[in-house]
Order: sequence, then C-alpha cells, then structure tokens
Amino acid sequence: MPLIISANFGRPNSDTLAGYLANGGYEGLKKAFSLKPGQVMDEVKKSGLRGRGGAGFPTGVKWSFLDTKSGKPIYMCVNADESEPGTFKDRHIINRDPHLLLEGIAIACYAVGCRHAFIYIRGEFFKQAKILERAVAEAVAGNYLGERILGTEFSLKVVVHRGAGAYICGEETGLINSLEGNKGQPRIKPPFPAVSGLYGCPTVVNNVETLAAVPWILRNGGEAYAKIGTPKSTGTKMFCVSGPVRNPNWFEKDMGYPLRDLLNRDAGGMCEGLKLKACIPGGSSMPILTADEVEKANLDYESMNALGSFLGSGGIVAIPHTFSMVSLARNLASFYAHESCGQCTPCREGSGWVHRLLVAIEAGRGRPGDLELLHDLCNNMRAWATGPQPILKWIGKDEGLGGGKTICVFSDALAWPIQSYLVKFRSEFEEAIAKARPSVSVGQVVPGHAEQHSAGTRAGASVH
Amino acid sequence: MAGWLESSGSIDMAFELSEKTDKRIREEILPRYPFKKSAILPVLWAIQEEKGHLCREALLYAAQVVEQPPAHVYSVLTFYTMFFQQPIGRFHLQVCKTASCEIMGCRQITDRLRQRLGIDVGQTTADGLFTLSQVECLAACELAPMIQVNEDYYGPLTPEKVDELLEDLKSGRQQVKPCL
Repeated sequence: MPLIISANFGRPNSDTLAGYLANGGYEGLKKAFSLKPGQVMDEVKKSGLRGRGGAGFPTGVKWSFLDTKSGKPIYMCVNADESEPGTFKDRHIINRDPHLLLEGIAIACYAVGCRHAFIYIRGEFFKQAKILERAVAEAVAGNYLGERILGTEFSLKVVVHRGAGAYICGEETGLINSLEGNKGQPRIKPPFPAVSGLYGCPTVVNNVETLAAVPWILRNGGEAYAKIGTPKSTGTKMFCVSGPVRNPNWFEKDMGYPLRDLLNRDAGGMCEGLKLKACIPGGSSMPILTADEVEKANLDYESMNALGSFLGSGGIVAIPHTFSMVSLARNLASFYAHESCGQCTPCREGSGWVHRLLVAIEAGRGRPGDLELLHDLCNNMRAWATGPQPILKWIGKDEGLGGGKTICVFSDALAWPIQSYLVKFRSEFEEAIAKARPSVSVGQVVPGHAEQHSAGTRAGASVH
Repeated sequence: MAGWLESSGSIDMAFELSEKTDKRIREEILPRYPFKKSAILPVLWAIQEEKGHLCREALLYAAQVVEQPPAHVYSVLTFYTMFFQQPIGRFHLQVCKTASCEIMGCRQITDRLRQRLGIDVGQTTADGLFTLSQVECLAACELAPMIQVNEDYYGPLTPEKVDELLEDLKSGRQQVKPCL
C-alpha cells in the first residue's frame, strides 16, 4: 500500500525544503509544467480525488467549475482551519511536510490559472503558521513559488492568513468572508465561490489534505491514483483515531479499509476494561455508528452512506461503554451552540435550545416529551433539503419539516448527530428522563443552563 | 463597552505602538492583500502580540490603518474568540473540552487547575500569572485530554502532570514537553 500523504513524515528534516527535495519534492510541479493547465486538471479528474475536508466533492470537477471567462483574477483559498472535533490530520501534514502542501497548491494554481493563493489557518495553530511561513519563504527563495517559477511564465504569491478562533470559518464562504475582513459568516449560495467568491472573483477552496494528494497524482498519474482504494472512493485518506484506544493517532489507509481493523489493529483496540459502544465516524458532525455497525463499516464514502452516515473529515472517535450518550450529545450541543455564527434564527436559537434541553436531561430535569421536542427542533434546523439522504436510513419517516431553513449546513451538523443518538441510543435518553425528579418545574431548566455556563461552557468569551 | 466608539476620529496619545510593529503592519502585512480590509485580522494580531490585548485605541488605530469604520473592526474583533479586550495572565491556560477531551477526562484537568490556582474558569490569578479558560476542539484529539498554554500544546495530561506543568511555567524549566 503506497503512502501518498504521509510518506515523508518520519524522514529527517521532512519539514524543510532540503528534506523535501531529498525525497523527490517538487517533481510533481515540474511534471505539471510539462503539461498544459487543462491536462493537469484532466489528470486530477482521472484520479477521482475527492475533497478531504468533509464533503467529498470531486476535486478536478470543482476546479473545472471556475469561471475563467470573467476576466477577473482567480483566487485559491486553502482551508487549514481544521476544527471539526475528532480531526487532526492537517495539523500533522503541516508539521511534518509543509512543502507537500505548497507543491499541491502550486500545481492546483497552475491548473486553474490562479496567481494569488491564501492559506487560511486557524488562529490556535501558532506553530503551524510559523512552519508554513518559513516554508513559503524557502520555496520562494528556491523559485518553487514567487515570480516566474522554475523559469516558466507562471507566477504565484502564497499568503499565510491566520484566523482568530471560529469553527464556522471552515465553511468555505465563511472562510472567504473572514479573509475579506468580515465576521466569518457563511454566504447564501448561489452564487457559488467558483463564480463569485473572494472579492467577488472566481475562487476555489480546497482542504489541506486534498491538495497534499495532488503532487503524487502528477508524479504517478491519475490512473495510478484511481487504482488505489475503491472504484468511487479512490486513493488514500488520513484517518484520525481518538478516545480511549491504546494508540490514538493518525493513520493513512487506502479508502475502503475496514473501520474495525483501524480501531482494533492500528489503534490497538480499546483500553483495558472498556468496551466500544459507538463510534463517531467522520468528525463530530456525522451521524453515529453503533458497535454493531462498526463491524460492518468500511472507510469509503459509499460504504458510510450505506450505513446512514458520512466519511466526513475522517475524524474517528471511539465512545466507550462507560460514557453516556446523553453527555456526548450535551457536549456536542454545547460546541455547536457556542460556534453558531448567529445569522440564521433556526441555528442560533435552535442550537442553544437543544443544548439547554440536553443539559436539563443530563442533570435529571428532563420532562416527558423532551425527546420529541429535540427531534422537532432538529428537523427545523436542517439546511439540506430532504430526499435520498443517507440519514433517511435511520431517521424513519421524515416529518416533512426538514430542509432549506438555514444558509449553511452548520445546523445540519448539529441535527444529524443529535438525532442519530436519539434514534440509536433512545433508551439512554429515556432512562435519564425517567430518573428525573418530577417536582422540578419548567422554569428551572434555564438556571441549569446558567450553571453550565458558570462551569465554563462559554468561558472563552468571558475572558475578553 | 459603552462609549468605546464615540470619539472615533482621533487616536489617544497614550496608545503608542512600537515603530517596529507599525512598520511591520504597513510594510509587510498590508501589501499582502489586494484590499486593506483583508488585513483586519493580521493587524489585530500584530497589535495584540505587542500589547497583550486590544484596547479602544488599538481598535481605532487598526480601523485607521485598514481604512474601515471602527464599528466594523469592532464587530470583527468580537466575532472571534482569540482577541482580548482586557489584559490576561502571562500564561493563558486553555483546556480543551470538546468530545474526545471530555471522554478522556478534561473535567479532572480543569478541576485540578481550579484547585491549584484558586480561580474559576474565566479568571486570572492575583499575581497576573495565569488565566484559566475552557475552549472548543483544538484539533489535537490524539493528545486528549490536552491544553494549550499560549502557543504550546500539552497532552495527554493527568492531574499530576498538570501540577508539574504549573511548576514548569512558574520556574521556567521544561519537564513537561510541549507537543507539535
């Protein structure tokens, strides 16, 4: 099995230009320059590479959507705003092989005719921003970036732009707004960024891991990449395993690798005395898999969809039998309530309401009807139109309420997991409500929320 | 915060940014972008790096440099969690509390810090050394439970390791090594 992303991670000085060149670095860019931009795009289309940030949209096709006839400059935004809970792959790619990303950016920009790329990196990644800035300076000095790269007519300016703490800036139009100097609030689509993105110009937004696969594709050909993995989910993917397993870490695997093997062999299985109860398969926004479903799950887009979930960002969290699903739901509701950008009412109000209900249920103040109310709230938060979605496999009859309620899929990213916990682990929620003290009145739900806050739910804000 | 924006025209003479930072902002940061407005975050970062926090005059300076109304810069500044409007401690202890970190025991870590420092989340110790916060996922779930101290990541932590880390920070030694 070839390693495409992590091949150089363990090699000496893999984070420097010299180290990168010693391992065949920037050969993919030279190959690209021997081709026409359209041929480079075709090679990436042939590879079947799909966006690794979570959506899984074919990368070459995304590039081909760019409006090249407008006469406006084309921009590239590299999404290094890694913050989907359970995911830490991009951090390692930047730590250990920053030039791999830069080469991917240069090839992609050559293919789409972009001369100005921005790497939007989350604010908390101080060290990674410095690593990237140093790598960009090295690459410019070596003429792998900058003016007339390697003696060609192609010039490219790469700017490292730091965010300042906001999950929503990982949404591509939120990222663009943030980069323009606004609040990072997502935009209504259409127009899509490919037509009107950064500064109203055609823009492509790609994830770090997606671009890091591009140099290999150029060196070895799109067909060679397409032979790895499954027919529809080609290539390899960086999977991140966390939770109480013996060896929590990242693992690069061919698409289609069994989830069971990843957890039991690569990650070493559950820690002593713990049993796997459930598994977050692709970052916290994705519907949960039960331990039984984990046995059947393969790590590719189609297999995950068949199980009613998504491959997402590849952030896999093992949930032990000792950890309550009510607590997990409350934890994530707290995350999404804190990170909602606040422009759409269903999301801004819904995420807080869902959080307050779950805090109450966990604290023994749940009431009969709360679970139905949670479902109802979630149905009213969804942006995606209902239809042949994987979630219909477990959600049962759709009440016809879902879809089209919000600008971006952030609220779906809360609704999906919460509803999947409610459906697949309903008894845990019912037990928590059954144990509730009946004397507590409705009004006391809110002080519970306040308690939670004083325990620090929004403490990040309180130090300002 | 009332009154913050009332006199947006002039910059208080008490606010002095070093020549070095001012030069960096005007000669390095602004030219990176086709539009000055895009430089709002990097300009605020550069000021906070020097001053530790962003006061009213810092905001007015930033607004002038990027040629935007102070109200807009203020709306941006308050949208993000990493800009501080008041001084914080020399060491900002940020305990991650999302999913994997809670499963792996971040509450014990926060409790230990509360107990050792005698402060609650959101507070700063009287000597100005430590500020305690809880933050959302820091994309280091393999290190859970983990903490960010200023620019450094530490994990996986135990309550005992927390004690060592606090000693390290106070004394300047490095027994607990930061992670990449």
